[in-house]
Amino acid sequence: MNILPQGPTRIGLGLEPTSYQIMNTEPEESQPSRFNGAISTLIDRLAGSVFIMPTVLALLFLSIFPLIGSLYVSLAKFDIAKGGYKLTFVGLGNYKKLFVGSEGDHFLGKFAPSTPLTWVVFGLVVIALAVFLARYLLSVKVSTGGLIGRVLLTLGSGMLTWMLVHTLWNGGRLGTASVTLVYVFVGIFFQYTLGLSLAMLTVQNLPGRRFFRVIFLLPMMITPVGVAYMFRMLTDTSKGPFTPIWESLGLINFSWVNNAWGARTAILIGDIWQWTPFMFIVLVAALESQPIEPIEAATVDGANSWQIFRYITWPAILPVTMTLMLIRLIEAFKIVDLPNVMTNGGPGTATQSLTYHAYINWRALNIGGSAAVAYMLLFLVTFFAMIFVNLIRQRTVETL
Amino acid sequence: MKSWFQSKSINTPSPVGAVLSYLMLGVWAFLILFPLYWLVITSFKISSQVAEGPFYIPFVDFKPTLDAWKYILVGDLSKDTLRNFGNTIIVAPVSALLALIFGATAAYALVRFEYRPRVGAILTFIGCVGLSIVIITLGVPWQIALAVSAAIFFILLQTIGRRFKRELGNNDIAFWMISQRMLPPVAVVIPIYILFQRLHLLDTYTALIITYVTSNLPIVIWLMRDYISTIPIELEECASIDGASRYRIFWSIVLPLAIPGLVATFLFVLVFTWNEYLLALFLSSAKVQTLPLTIAAQNATRGPQWWNMSVLILIMIVPVIVIAIILERYITRGLLIGAVKG
Repeated sequence: MNILPQGPTRIGLGLEPTSYQIMNTEPEESQPSRFNGAISTLIDRLAGSVFIMPTVLALLFLSIFPLIGSLYVSLAKFDIAKGGYKLTFVGLGNYKKLFVGSEGDHFLGKFAPSTPLTWVVFGLVVIALAVFLARYLLSVKVSTGGLIGRVLLTLGSGMLTWMLVHTLWNGGRLGTASVTLVYVFVGIFFQYTLGLSLAMLTVQNLPGRRFFRVIFLLPMMITPVGVAYMFRMLTDTSKGPFTPIWESLGLINFSWVNNAWGARTAILIGDIWQWTPFMFIVLVAALESQPIEPIEAATVDGANSWQIFRYITWPAILPVTMTLMLIRLIEAFKIVDLPNVMTNGGPGTATQSLTYHAYINWRALNIGGSAAVAYMLLFLVTFFAMIFVNLIRQRTVETL
Repeated sequence: MKSWFQSKSINTPSPVGAVLSYLMLGVWAFLILFPLYWLVITSFKISSQVAEGPFYIPFVDFKPTLDAWKYILVGDLSKDTLRNFGNTIIVAPVSALLALIFGATAAYALVRFEYRPRVGAILTFIGCVGLSIVIITLGVPWQIALAVSAAIFFILLQTIGRRFKRELGNNDIAFWMISQRMLPPVAVVIPIYILFQRLHLLDTYTALIITYVTSNLPIVIWLMRDYISTIPIELEECASIDGASRYRIFWSIVLPLAIPGLVATFLFVLVFTWNEYLLALFLSSAKVQTLPLTIAAQNATRGPQWWNMSVLILIMIVPVIVIAIILERYITRGLLIGAVKG
């Protein structure tokens, strides 16, 4: 089947393609024999490596070193010394501080005592996770990797739930980890729904749709620092444009900055305003490159617009949707400019995200602590990205 | 009556649908434009007009002045602004273009080829990188350290590395690539700073461009992977049967068909690099500073200089808007489908 011999000829990192069959989602249809006369020259054989090698090398050059470097810093104590700086190895000290030490309240939040309500919510989640694991164990295809992944997922979600039920109400206080999760998930939900609706509206054959498209792109083009300052102007209750509204509501002396959820909402609005265009433009491109014939056929057969969306458009944009969600998931975890500029993380630490937490430590020259927060952020992102890629993305894209 | 609710063709909404669509589009357009309007009028205000409360309409509520614009464009700040503007114009498009070229090729490769990197080889590689870092921190010159680790790497690869036969697939490579964006810039900026300091590349275009290209490659790859996988494989098979090489197929078939995706992706990467703040803060000191740094610098000890900031933000958006308007028509119902008949 394969044009190139496999195995013994392989050299190097294994990044040379081992088979030249063009990949296809339905393997039984791919017939590389059609390529028989095609690929002959040596230079063409190397194509697979030529295409991917520059990227791999560039990423290796600029990623492995910072990754290992900051891992080392997170395990060390940073001090200014004569003629530069000094790193003292302290093991897991920086991490310990985040979980049980002086920064525990800041990172995980202030835990309220358990009440029947927290036990009920936590119990329900545990039952759901147990059902999820049991269903996997009873299914036909159980593999070691899959099992380990699912056990980790269960443990991780269990711990996150425990943290959330104890910090969300009853006088508990959210830590930077939970605040970041709020920003990420609420933000992505609104950005995607708004982006998709707007994209569906502007792919219609309406006069002036190109005007709207360019307008809708604008927020993304402003530098994040600029957006943050702009929203600080807009949300000012005494000098901002909405002052008359605040006055009529009797809120002129009530500063949203003093209300934790008010401040978080303001930051979320800024985030949604800025990043909806990202979802919008990718979805427009995806909707535009969708073939028209199936829709025509469905219309002839009398399908209504919901059915067309559900069974034709949605499956067609699902891969792009998944990619968008993943990219935004990764990017949204790094939110820092909005809380920094709009609220300075206040009131207290209520609007601080993890990156902002790392930034504060870093500004206080606690470089080791900063790197430790950054690594915890990396763990969190990896956790959610793995769940996303392995469970959600594969399942939804493969079942098409 | 019925015709009000009936669409004329698949893509044209019914009259009622059109009105509703315009209504919703209008609301969102207002939500987008109002903050920008506030930015524009703030740029024509002076400090007392900002401090004394909200004024909405120029000439009616307050007397607009060009003070801030003069200050930024011809006054005290003009030298800095123009230099940083020039830097941004060089760095952002070059980085975006390079990222697009490398990213699109890699994305094509990940869609159409099958790679099987071996776990053993990767582990050996990581071990050797770690080893070289340890050697360097012990005080050995980096050239020698790199040479030694490279030698050890190839020896181990040919011996131990071959014993671990477990292989990864394309999806693992793609995930590795996107995972490069997971660490927040705050964490990676110090190692990157040290790296470029050692290479004597601080405060150069090269350093900024290299950093921006690598940090945006994963996004290009992930977005382009989806677009490329929607291109029918039959076209490539036909070309291949006709004797076209891989490069030819990529250049003359895949790229032209992926233009909507390429344009959208280029626009993002351009925007990301155009607006990047933290890395630029570290990697540039005087010569190659970019505009976001100038904006942040307006938060002076006297408090934020809102009017100057507004001017700078507006100046920064204009070029991107122009590019977006030029490129927008390419993000249109693609070449794959042909003209849509109304």
